[in-house]
Amino acid sequence: MTKDTPDAAERLVVIGNGMAGCRAVEEILARTPGRYAVTIFGAEPRVNYNRIMLSPVLAGDKTFDEIVINPADWYADNAITLVAGDPVVAIDRDTRTVTSALGRVEAYDRLLIATGSDPFIIPVPGKDLAGVVTFRDLDDVDKMVAAAARGGHAVVIGGGLLGLEAAHGLALRGMDVTVLHLMPTLMERQLDEAAGYLLKTELERRGQTILTGADTAEILGEGGRVTGVRLKDGRELSADIVVMAVGIRPATGLARTAGIDVERGILVDDHMVTSDPAILAVGECVQHRGTCYGLVAPLWEMCRSLADALAGAPSGFAGAATATRLKVSGIDLFSAGDFSGGDGCEDIVMRDAARGLYKRVVVRGDRLVGAVLYGETSDGNWYFDLLKRGEDIGAIRDTLIFGQAFALGGGAAADPDAAVAALGADAEICGCNGVSKGTVVAAIAGGACSLDAVRGTCKASASCGSCTGLVESLLRLSLGEGVEAGPRTMCKCTTFTHDDVRRLIVERNLRAIPQVMQELGWKTPDGCASCRPALNYYLLCAWPGAYKDDQASRFVNERLHANIQKDGTYSVVPRMWGGMTNPDELRAIAAATEKYGKMVKVTGGQRLDIFGVKKEDLPAIWADLNAAGMVSGHAYGKSLRTVKTCVGSEWCRFGTQDSTGLGIQLERMTWGSWMPHKFKIAVSGCPRNCAEATIKDFGVICVDSGYELHVGGNGGIKVRATDLLCKVTTEAEAMEVCAAFIQFYREDAWYLERTAPWIERVGLERIKARLFDDPEAITRLAAKFRYSQSFMQDDPWARRVAGEDADLHRHLAEFRPFPTLVIEEAAE
Amino acid sequence: MIGDWIDIGPTSQIAPGSARTLPVQGGEEIAIFHTLDHQFHALVNKCPHKHGPLSQGIIHGAVVTCPLHSWNISLKTGQALGEDRGCVPVIPIRVDAGRLYLQREALITAGSPTTGPK
Repeated sequence: MTKDTPDAAERLVVIGNGMAGCRAVEEILARTPGRYAVTIFGAEPRVNYNRIMLSPVLAGDKTFDEIVINPADWYADNAITLVAGDPVVAIDRDTRTVTSALGRVEAYDRLLIATGSDPFIIPVPGKDLAGVVTFRDLDDVDKMVAAAARGGHAVVIGGGLLGLEAAHGLALRGMDVTVLHLMPTLMERQLDEAAGYLLKTELERRGQTILTGADTAEILGEGGRVTGVRLKDGRELSADIVVMAVGIRPATGLARTAGIDVERGILVDDHMVTSDPAILAVGECVQHRGTCYGLVAPLWEMCRSLADALAGAPSGFAGAATATRLKVSGIDLFSAGDFSGGDGCEDIVMRDAARGLYKRVVVRGDRLVGAVLYGETSDGNWYFDLLKRGEDIGAIRDTLIFGQAFALGGGAAADPDAAVAALGADAEICGCNGVSKGTVVAAIAGGACSLDAVRGTCKASASCGSCTGLVESLLRLSLGEGVEAGPRTMCKCTTFTHDDVRRLIVERNLRAIPQVMQELGWKTPDGCASCRPALNYYLLCAWPGAYKDDQASRFVNERLHANIQKDGTYSVVPRMWGGMTNPDELRAIAAATEKYGKMVKVTGGQRLDIFGVKKEDLPAIWADLNAAGMVSGHAYGKSLRTVKTCVGSEWCRFGTQDSTGLGIQLERMTWGSWMPHKFKIAVSGCPRNCAEATIKDFGVICVDSGYELHVGGNGGIKVRATDLLCKVTTEAEAMEVCAAFIQFYREDAWYLERTAPWIERVGLERIKARLFDDPEAITRLAAKFRYSQSFMQDDPWARRVAGEDADLHRHLAEFRPFPTLVIEEAAE
Repeated sequence: MIGDWIDIGPTSQIAPGSARTLPVQGGEEIAIFHTLDHQFHALVNKCPHKHGPLSQGIIHGAVVTCPLHSWNISLKTGQALGEDRGCVPVIPIRVDAGRLYLQREALITAGSPTTGPK
């Protein structure tokens, strides 16, 4: 093995390719680039990813690619040899070598053990049955996702952070979930009883079954596969999957066998050195001053002290207070420090049952020692900062419970930046990536002048995004007017991007536009003409059947189901399925045009457009068109427009398939669906492509052997030819892929983003991966689309004809002409 | 006083976040807006830009966005906002006992095509 580093480089071997191991390497590289030739062994066959974010992956909010911390390029750029999928099985301290499972021997000058922890498996009968999984790595997530696709019952053993996040993900994926927790209080290590109760009530309200005081006796199975769980009190629960999430144990086996001092964890000093001076250890596998850590923030501190010591500037790790922030969609929960009470401790509690708020701070003398917040956690960072710094809170004690804004005086209430300004340099801003205020400020001083730039340089706000507001405050505080707007902020009413808003709507279970604006801190009272329609669409897409469309957030065309023209009249396009019409329809269109319109024109999408119809006449013309069997063509909507076809094999001597028939089927399946933007389909019966399918959002080219499916074409301002998505052999497959592609577009694209720019932004490869990597993905997405369509496919024209929203088409009902006015005089 | 204000019906006939229209015989159509914070405003129903029907725009705060080219027009002053320049006549409106009243004089003046926006 040759390396692109000087021969003189010391050999640093890292056992563990996880968050601690890689962070340590990053810290070392930042201080002493080139000093070490680094080899990293990882048990998992993949690059380093953010394990904390496995929960959103399970919940379907993120993909694996989105939680990668160090992509393959990072290893290559830093000349790091990554041995993934081949774990180290032995350390020989005499020869200073490690040996991998596949027999690879690697010599070291320095060895870093970062083996993390293993899930604790409770030793009950049945623990080895198929279908019993843990929640530790991506493979576990894949197993849970596969199980959820089959549906049924899930039993999660363990009501701690991990267990509840697993339960949440499985529930979102449609499983019937029961959580078994041994203790009487959920998350009892982080929560007190009252907050635990609020959490339990909320989870039950969402349909999960929570059994506390539930002691598992046995996992039941049949034919080697799990079927249920029996509790010690005799109760039996059926289960198609059992998730063990009762806790973790430091992974110390390798170190112990090698003769390194181990108690619960590998013993280290303040500089992360083990009992062997050549061997270091960091992360969940270590025991420092009697404490083992299972949260991420102390890991960052360990890595810092380790790298400082190696670089000859030892700073030392002195232990860390920990804070936990649970983000189970819409449940805000924060805890920090010690709240078990005890001598000399006093509690200050505030409850607001109506708003579901619970706050408790624990004070010893004039110091804050613990805090639990439920329902409203924005002061979490401030309390945690007071706690870590051991600040004297005597002066603000009376108002401490009301939060920073109140406790520090009225000024901070009006100015959120003041609250951030008051934080110390080591106050944590980003919990996911362990980034302090000082680090963010340094990144900004180093030239990161936008949110994206900060995310790119120090990773703050780059994972779950919940600290975006804090980072933006720091940008404003540091740069004033010099902040560069992030390119993707949804509109000036919010600091969130389209992606953030879409994710948070689902995560926090937001159901209406005012609720989104309230919860996400909109800067305007009721949004603007950009964000209102976008939010309306995002909610419609997220909650099919449940969300009530907001007419006040619709562009006029979608509100009046017709296209406004420059003179204020409207044009009306009835649907012609696959471009097919007949004499009766044509007669009805002719009559309607004479009666209500001024002109009729053939459109580019193989339909007829009646122009010059007045707003008041729309229900009447629709009634006539409905009577002839025609429905809305949605020529006005961010929705499925037309399906253009050629005549295909029925008439054409070149036709290979029934393109017209397939087009009609596609249109019957997709009409009425709201989308991020307008969406056009075409089906050509042969590669001569008379239907111009290669400039449509979804285009089918029929060939002798089947159907080529193309996506992302556009004939508009910027012409773009489609990309080939895949080839299928049957009409049914073509329909299924079409439904799945549309659903992914509906869920992923930004509002007002056509498929062409969407594909250019996210990349065809990502779309293909989403559709084809998981063999179930197409079926699942198509099923979601069909479910959504079950609420969409009733003709909006017919509803208006029947009297719905009649006021939209009428002048004011009680208008009285002016009896004494002589308006004519004013006219010329 | 009744003669100076014209009763145009109950407030309930205009849903919050929407607008309705009042044709004036021989004159300009009036748009009456009901904002999401329950204020009422009346403007000539013509954008100062290209005469788009403001009554069909999206209403946010005390602003309506014209459906044709997205000019933002203040419902309070009739002025175009931002970089755009132009103004549309405002008709004083008041709410009394759940009914809407437009000021007769302003309605006649603003409603007259000779003084309407170009």
